[in-house]
Amino acid sequence: MAASKTVGDVLRANGVSRRGFMKFCAATASMMALPPTMVSAVAAAIENARRPSVIWLPFQECTGCLESLTRSHTPTVEGLIFDAISLDFNHTLMAASGQRAEDALDAAVQENWGNYLMLVDGSIPTGEFADYSCTNGHSHLDMLKKYAAGAAAIVTIGTCAAYGGIGRANPNPTQAVGVQDIIKDKPIINVPGCPPIPTVITGVLAHYLTFGTIPELDHHGRPMAFFGQNIHDRCYRRPFYERGLFAKTFDDEGARKGHCLYQLGCKGPVTYNACATLKWNNGVSWPVQSGHGCIGCSEPNFWDKGSFYRPLSAAYYGDARTVGISVAAGAAAGLAAAALARGKQKKAQQEEKA
Amino acid sequence: MNEGLYFEGMSLLDFARGPAFRWAVAIFIIGIVWRLTALLLVSPKRLEPVKGSATSGGVRTMLTRSAPAHELEKNIIFQHYSGYAWHISMFIVLLFFAPHMMFFKQILGFGWPTLPNLFITFFAVVTMGILLVLLARRLMNPVLRQISTMDDYVSWIIAFLPFLTGIMSFTHITFGMQYETVLALHILSICLLLVWFPFGKLMHALFIWPSRYKVGAAFARRGVRA
Repeated sequence: MAASKTVGDVLRANGVSRRGFMKFCAATASMMALPPTMVSAVAAAIENARRPSVIWLPFQECTGCLESLTRSHTPTVEGLIFDAISLDFNHTLMAASGQRAEDALDAAVQENWGNYLMLVDGSIPTGEFADYSCTNGHSHLDMLKKYAAGAAAIVTIGTCAAYGGIGRANPNPTQAVGVQDIIKDKPIINVPGCPPIPTVITGVLAHYLTFGTIPELDHHGRPMAFFGQNIHDRCYRRPFYERGLFAKTFDDEGARKGHCLYQLGCKGPVTYNACATLKWNNGVSWPVQSGHGCIGCSEPNFWDKGSFYRPLSAAYYGDARTVGISVAAGAAAGLAAAALARGKQKKAQQEEKA
Repeated sequence: MNEGLYFEGMSLLDFARGPAFRWAVAIFIIGIVWRLTALLLVSPKRLEPVKGSATSGGVRTMLTRSAPAHELEKNIIFQHYSGYAWHISMFIVLLFFAPHMMFFKQILGFGWPTLPNLFITFFAVVTMGILLVLLARRLMNPVLRQISTMDDYVSWIIAFLPFLTGIMSFTHITFGMQYETVLALHILSICLLLVWFPFGKLMHALFIWPSRYKVGAAFARRGVRA
């Protein structure tokens, strides 16, 4: 795909009305927490933006992130906006395969060196396990380094690319890491989630198209506009938490009445994502609304934080072995202290007698 | 299972919930068993002739010490009943806040009904208020100040911190910190309490009834009213 047409040209060619386009821009502006006066600026910027070249590199991944994006948004205007970028390489979506696909990738990279946007999903195995994840004989570690060098910015799609995800989960058999652990000299926008909300993916791309800059990021490299607030604070079940009304099992009275899922292990209080406000499947529902607690999928290392069904306040006090050893150690120390005291007592008595 | 153990890239909250808490519990158990064993094994020899029933004297003292002594009533009535108010509020917050109940449920295997957050907030504020008033009293009353040791102040801080960090995380007044960081600090303050508990004055929680009994029994044996 050539990167000559503007986004506006492509949208018009696809039959998107001016009204539909402005609605999208207003929604995008509000998602990014911009004032209403910025809507026209967003519209002008997106319409006139030259379609940036985007290459999407899938590494050690499950394609769930791509499924999230493609399934839930076709054929909405968000989907078309996505068409409106020049997606020059994505080996799952593109018609070409084999050497032709590789050639397309290299051609796009050469033509847009220094300017293309690189999207990555999947973690990257390293060290002696680097070769366990390859495309056409090239290890993903090498590919990441090679193509990141010419990228204007990198957007990591999903928790695997952002932080290592399930690939990195204990015991991390492939020594997998996220993009930010390897690439240090490029701007990286993390869009974590397992998978991320499609609207968030398009929202981040829209921000880049509009401003040509990296949005404000939090301490985990996530755009503040989407990851600035935690699920618990925006959850529609929050009033039940305050009133002390909880679902105790997945099919009890509380669950049927939509009470808080905290006791069933909901990780909403420590998870930052836009699920509670943007929701999924075009705003139909989201995990907590459908009755399952948040699993915290947009947080680093969420696989290693214990059971999804263990309440957040339950700490790990140890096991029978640790407790047993502690009791034995305590008893030994007590015995020693008592023996010492008895010895002193005896000595004192003997001295008194003498 | 790796649950609760160190893993690469763990956050402060993971550390607090996992390794820190496991270590704190281990030290807590070691300390408690150590002190109990030592105390049980070094009971002093009874040399005096028996002049009264030790058991009834012990039990009586356990009860009489629960109300302020007549002779001292004027001086100690305030601290005595604010002590009651503090302990009752503390146990309400500790046992009837839903996340706290869930904490115990994971250890004990059973749960119990909890209170709405409004009540918990009220009792938490009462608890902190009483602690602050009692500290001010300790600092301003010359006699109290003279008999206070470092242990009293350390125990006060260690009892106060869980309430401070708890109410901070609950109300999201975090002074610029992330919520999960404050929650981690809350759990770490509990770890600190567990570590200090067997070695400082907090141990009164376990010793209060046995020591009252012992004092009462010892006096009764000598024919003296405790």
